[in-house]
Amino acid sequence: MPGIENANPFAYVSTETIPQSPPPTAEKGVAGWLKKNLFATPRDTVLTIIVALILLWLVPPMLNWLFFDAVWTGDGREACLGEHVGACWAFVEAKFGQFMYGRYPVELRWRVDLTGILLIAGLVPIAIPSVPYKRENALYLLVIFPVVAFMLLTGWPFLEPVETTRWGGLLVTLVVAIVGIVVSFPLGILLALGRRSNLPIVKTMSIIFIEFWRGVPLITVLFMSSVMLPLFLPADVSFDKLLRALIGVALFSSAYMAEVIRGGLQAIPKGQYEAANAMALTFWQGMRLIILPQALKLVIPGIVNTFIGLFKDTSLVLIIGIFDLLGIVQQNFTDTNWISPATPATGLVFAAFVYFIFCFGMSRYSAFMEQRLDTGHKR
Amino acid sequence: MNYSFLSAVAGVAVAAGLGATAASAATLDDVKAKGFVQCGVSTGLAGFSAPDDAGDWKGIDVDLCRGVAAAIFEDASAVKYSPLSAKERFTALQSGEIDVLSRNTTWTMSRDTELGLNFAGVNYYDGQGFMVRKSLGVNSALQLSGASVCVQTGTTTELNLTDYFKANNMTYNPVVFEKLEEVNAAYDSNRCDVYTTDQSGLYAIRLGLSAPDEHVVLPEVISKEPLGPVVRQGDDQWFNIVKWVHFAMINAEELGVTSENVDEMMDSENPNIQRLLGKEGTFGEAVGLKNDWAYQVIKNVGNYGEVFEANVGESTPLGIARGLNALWTNGGLQYAPPIR
Repeated sequence: MPGIENANPFAYVSTETIPQSPPPTAEKGVAGWLKKNLFATPRDTVLTIIVALILLWLVPPMLNWLFFDAVWTGDGREACLGEHVGACWAFVEAKFGQFMYGRYPVELRWRVDLTGILLIAGLVPIAIPSVPYKRENALYLLVIFPVVAFMLLTGWPFLEPVETTRWGGLLVTLVVAIVGIVVSFPLGILLALGRRSNLPIVKTMSIIFIEFWRGVPLITVLFMSSVMLPLFLPADVSFDKLLRALIGVALFSSAYMAEVIRGGLQAIPKGQYEAANAMALTFWQGMRLIILPQALKLVIPGIVNTFIGLFKDTSLVLIIGIFDLLGIVQQNFTDTNWISPATPATGLVFAAFVYFIFCFGMSRYSAFMEQRLDTGHKR
Repeated sequence: MNYSFLSAVAGVAVAAGLGATAASAATLDDVKAKGFVQCGVSTGLAGFSAPDDAGDWKGIDVDLCRGVAAAIFEDASAVKYSPLSAKERFTALQSGEIDVLSRNTTWTMSRDTELGLNFAGVNYYDGQGFMVRKSLGVNSALQLSGASVCVQTGTTTELNLTDYFKANNMTYNPVVFEKLEEVNAAYDSNRCDVYTTDQSGLYAIRLGLSAPDEHVVLPEVISKEPLGPVVRQGDDQWFNIVKWVHFAMINAEELGVTSENVDEMMDSENPNIQRLLGKEGTFGEAVGLKNDWAYQVIKNVGNYGEVFEANVGESTPLGIARGLNALWTNGGLQYAPPIR
């Protein structure tokens, strides 16, 4: 339309574009966001008001208890007594070393710290996809680190030995959870493959194993391992109690892991198995290169679910006299120097906070991995 | 106290396991060889065995183990502790995992006989008692007729309560709960007038109430819970050592020997003190120890009265009166045979 630029035969037609005007005030800024998200319809408005009232009713007392009325310093129960006293953080402060390390000798706690640093040094680069040398890193984490960690924590054979009965707190929680996770994952894959195998003996053994461990509660497993096992062994053979708990937890969670992974295997179409065979791949090659990468990716939520469940279940070791984080927090409620109405609540809030950090971390990382591995299977 | 199914199973298993694990004969030799006493304690009970800020075990039960270590090694810290749940405590002793169980364990006939254990004495006479608000103006349990009583359900405590009120022709309204924490909360929020459980527990619970000073534990004790150290049956020497460490601490209190004056007491003319401290006779050698064994116990740990005061007595937050645990000369039950 060449005529438009040169002349305007119709006076009522505008020659220039109307400038963009800002959106109406009801649609922009804070007011707009509020209207759109909180007060869009009468029903939304009512719900918003109800929720706001509930928050108003809950949050200020909670903040008061947690921060404003809380006792931050003190060296005994007297500090935390009184009419309007909130959380007794002085208790957590005084017991912090125990909550982290249990009764691990104070002058040797650097060994636990060093183990933690070595673990983080291995975990961080392997968790970030863009860092190279994944193979070497995995070798470090799965072979070198466990040996070094074992030698550092127990002291065997070069350093001063520290019996596992002195371990406790977050240290034990992490040892049980990490060993459980690291052992149960490969064992779970093997069991899942075994259960789908055509070899009758392998299949039967896998089914028996899985159904047995899924059929008993973890408490029973721990209780058996600590109370019954010593009676069946000769008097001079004694297994470390923590080791017994570790084996129990690892076997228990591997049965659950197996069923999660089997769910993934079943979701892979038969064609993929046939394709692997057609490529003349052996069974293990086919599994490693074609089936498992797809199956495991599918069940990441289930796997992480099991890991988080396992992490929280570690608190059950308390019943066999091993003091994980929750156990040692509860145990310290009985210190006559600190018994007060505020002490138990404070200790439990602290324990809950630590558990939350770890579980939330695992859950966010799994969400990140799911996104990264998403290759368009979503419908 | 409250028997659950699991502890019953454990008990049967312990009894069944007896044949297999014949008690290794000389515990003393084993202990000397490894250089420490392995002591089974509770998983945390205020005043009896509980960790302090540094994570060291403190309490009456702990001090008994420290006394045994002092008698053998002249060093009260030569003890390693195994925190044990109520369910696993007897197995741990039976399987040789620990040398002595000092874990607020009630001495009963079945434990003494069927389980193959020996109780080496009573280091705390406990029993069921009552706690009320001071504002009620009650000073005897016999005035509690018509009161509402908070009690944990399914325990012997509940049965004792029924018996006591029936025997005294009194009525009461039970307010029962499943969990200890629930009972505490109910009593603290005034849902009942009276709280009943073992007296030592009442003192610890009182500390956790919002106003501990407004509550009082009544003097009546309506059940017998003698708590004491336990050893394996079949090793009389070790049994004697644990038993006499306990007796030495009581005798020391009776004779006025404390951890502070024990060195001066070495010069005492009193033949009882001379025998206790090993100046006269060879009583220590008779149980495989040195003759100054009791001196070491008193010097390193203290006499019974000192231990009681330091852990649960009036000067501690628990503030438990001596009551039944006073010496027999003061109207209590703590009585030790003489050393001679």
